[in-house]
Amino acid sequence: MTEILRIENIHKNFGDLEVLKGIDLSVAEGETVVILGASGSGKSTLLRCTNFLEIPSSGKVFLRGDLIGEEDPTGSMGYQESDLTHVRQRMGMVFQQFNLFPHMTAIDNVMEALVTVLKQSRSDARRTAMDQLDSVGLADKADEYPARLSGGQMQRVAIARALAMSPDIMLFDEVTSALDPELVGEVLKTMRTLAEGGLTMLVVTHELGFAYHVADRVVFLHEGRIYEEGSPKNILTDPKKERTRDFVRGHLQFSIPSHGES
Amino acid sequence: MEYQWDFLSIVDNWNLLAIGLLGTFKIFIVTCVIGLSLGLLVGIGRYSRAWSIRLPAAVFVEFFRNTPVLIQIIWFYFALPILVPFEINAFTASVMGIALNTAAFSADIYRGGIQSIDRGQWDGGRAIGMSYLQTMRRVIIPQAIKRMLPPLTNRGIEVFKMSTLASIVAYAETIHQAKLISESYFNPIESFSVVALLFFVVLFPIVQVTYLLERRFGKSD
Repeated sequence: MTEILRIENIHKNFGDLEVLKGIDLSVAEGETVVILGASGSGKSTLLRCTNFLEIPSSGKVFLRGDLIGEEDPTGSMGYQESDLTHVRQRMGMVFQQFNLFPHMTAIDNVMEALVTVLKQSRSDARRTAMDQLDSVGLADKADEYPARLSGGQMQRVAIARALAMSPDIMLFDEVTSALDPELVGEVLKTMRTLAEGGLTMLVVTHELGFAYHVADRVVFLHEGRIYEEGSPKNILTDPKKERTRDFVRGHLQFSIPSHGES
Repeated sequence: MEYQWDFLSIVDNWNLLAIGLLGTFKIFIVTCVIGLSLGLLVGIGRYSRAWSIRLPAAVFVEFFRNTPVLIQIIWFYFALPILVPFEINAFTASVMGIALNTAAFSADIYRGGIQSIDRGQWDGGRAIGMSYLQTMRRVIIPQAIKRMLPPLTNRGIEVFKMSTLASIVAYAETIHQAKLISESYFNPIESFSVVALLFFVVLFPIVQVTYLLERRFGKSD
């Protein structure tokens, strides 16, 4: 299968703090990869390094086989801001805190990049945006401002906004962590539909149920390294290593089928 | 002897005051345009990643914010012509003093307004592929303006009142004209009271309009 994303030996330091200590990861077309790990394990930083909201301290990112940035003779990477802007147009990202633009209506949020970045006409952009809102079940909320939407609705608008750019891959950064418990389901359902529709997704989450039922592969991050990796069933019901076992046991309140089931 | 109130001579000389009010408006408008646009440049400069831009911007702000405008006007009027080969008239000197002070204050208002916007808004803009400038223009500034409007209004009112400082170099603004009247008719209390009243009559409606604007900008909340 075609490889969409490959990350090679990514390191990230914030001052003296080394958050990522050499991550290798690849995501194939149509694949959903879930990243698990305790807080502070570097999950969010890994996503932010993938679309260069943070610049990795070292290491390489390939999108559809193309190396992002330029490698100088010493082997370190240089990045042009305009190249990174272009790369971000091909990677959608959804955030824990939604980051919708509060001064724009739902549909204007979804249209924004189409008009400002892709220079589409407002009527074309509006049509695409309306389709995207419809696909996340929010066509009737198109003209509402974010402040008048529930957290779950805001997050679905944010998903539509990222999808409108037809990205090669979608990055989800703990998108249900800021939601009231009763609103988590609608967002997970939307994501599940997208995964089943063949969207390529890299998902950081604490929802083990989602990982179990939707992921093709699960990666467990611990202290800035990939600690264990495998099928959802192996990682969630039969983890081989100690930290993974502790983590899964700590999340047992979520609905994971036990060993006997399934 | 009882004090004889004399407002009549002011009414008789209303044309002198009208000239003064016109002068005040000239200073106000020119100063606002120059000061607020220069302030935006300096404010963005203070936000720059390059210290070679950030440092001069900071020095500019601190210098003009912490020295009296009155002295600056005097300095531009009397001292600067010694250093440069051309005359500087009262209007130019006054505008320079007040505009630079306004730029220094508004620079910090712009900077504070931009910095007050949540980091996540930058993430949101960058993540959908907008450039730094696009994010600034489409996402950050429209939200920051809403927060900057009240302090900028205050600045505007200050500028209008600061224009009276131009009287120190004999520019024909309202205070200067009131002084002319009071020196002819010996009625300084009445003359200056009328100036205060005029200022209130001009400024009060302007402030009401900005309240309206604030409500309009706030409709998405």
